[in-house]
Amino acid sequence: MAATDAVATAEAEAEAPKKAVDPDFEPEVITFACHYCAYAAADLAGSMRLQYPTNIRMIKLPCTGKLEVIHIMKAIQAGADGVYAAGCLEGECHYLKGNLWARKRINHVKTLLEELGIEPERVEMYNMSSAMGAKFAEVATGFVNRIKELGPNPVKREGVDVHAAARAAVGDVAMPDDAAPATVKEGTAE
Amino acid sequence: MITAERKPFDEIVALVGDRKKVLVAGCDTCVAICLTGGEKEAEVLASELKIKAEMDGRDVAIEHTAAIRQCEWEYLDMIAAKVEEADVVLSMACGIGIQSMAEKFAPKVVIPAVNTNMLGMPQEHAVWLERCGACGDCVIGETAGICPVVRCSKSLMNGPCGGSHDGFCEVTTPEKENIDCAWHMIWDRLKEQGREELMIKVRPPKKWNMSNSGGPRKMVREEAKPV
Repeated sequence: MAATDAVATAEAEAEAPKKAVDPDFEPEVITFACHYCAYAAADLAGSMRLQYPTNIRMIKLPCTGKLEVIHIMKAIQAGADGVYAAGCLEGECHYLKGNLWARKRINHVKTLLEELGIEPERVEMYNMSSAMGAKFAEVATGFVNRIKELGPNPVKREGVDVHAAARAAVGDVAMPDDAAPATVKEGTAE
Repeated sequence: MITAERKPFDEIVALVGDRKKVLVAGCDTCVAICLTGGEKEAEVLASELKIKAEMDGRDVAIEHTAAIRQCEWEYLDMIAAKVEEADVVLSMACGIGIQSMAEKFAPKVVIPAVNTNMLGMPQEHAVWLERCGACGDCVIGETAGICPVVRCSKSLMNGPCGGSHDGFCEVTTPEKENIDCAWHMIWDRLKEQGREELMIKVRPPKKWNMSNSGGPRKMVREEAKPV
């Protein structure tokens, strides 16, 4: 792109009025949560009766280090308005460096989104421990508010189950959801 | 091994144009090892192109695949069905793979999604350094296993030059990182090997006619050709 185009684009952006927040817009946000920290922190947030937006849909991973670039891209492609990964505090990863890898991959996805002209702020990496129920609620609230300000994902389509699509893209890497109803056969429970 | 870097997205989009059926074809050999054009990267590029098409409101069928090696006819047969269905193939292989595809499936339009850049050595995970210029007349037997053709900024055969300071070249990389002076390294290692006399040997002009300046090179192994 010529430098003059870049200047023109920047000027157009400066002149354009700030996008108004649609009060009816309810973002669909995919949260990739590490089994050892964020997933447990979400549990704790629930036990503590903390409020956080219902816009987030969790996908449980054994470690955020299992998250690959394509998993995040597929969630965006399916129409997720925002995607974030929540892993352990830096230095506290159960697998030593998984959360550091996740941060790098998310930063890479940000560059891919920039290439496409999509706001890189739609993807983010957060760190928390399993004892940080309040942090979990705070991150969820902050991120959902951020996405509300950004507005819908430009490739959002009606009738697509974003959570199911994102979950399918992750495949076997994701862990079964604890909240899923347990299938216990009669007479087999100990 | 051969390394490559993905082209800027805008350039790829411009090359694809308004074609309706796009196949992103990765290669699972060199470009997969250098994390640029394997099946994973092909899937990521396909995902980006799908998002782009959706944003532009265009109906484009985008598929991805990968050949074990795009530079060999036999492996190309394995992806032939997918290639035939596409209007355009976006190859993520090195220049050899891309040209093999274009020749095998002519007149199918095959376009590169990467820039093939060097014969590099993985210095550490995710870092590659140029180690060979495929000049056709290897001299490293006399230069302590260090290639002056690609590792010396001037490709000097009788170095070092006056631009060598504290082991570094006066030239830096585009990222302003220091480059080790090849001839300083050659001297250090020759000393270690007790072969210092090779440093003062005057080397005559190199046989550059065996390099890539005399048209495309060809290699034939008669003893191995099928009878």
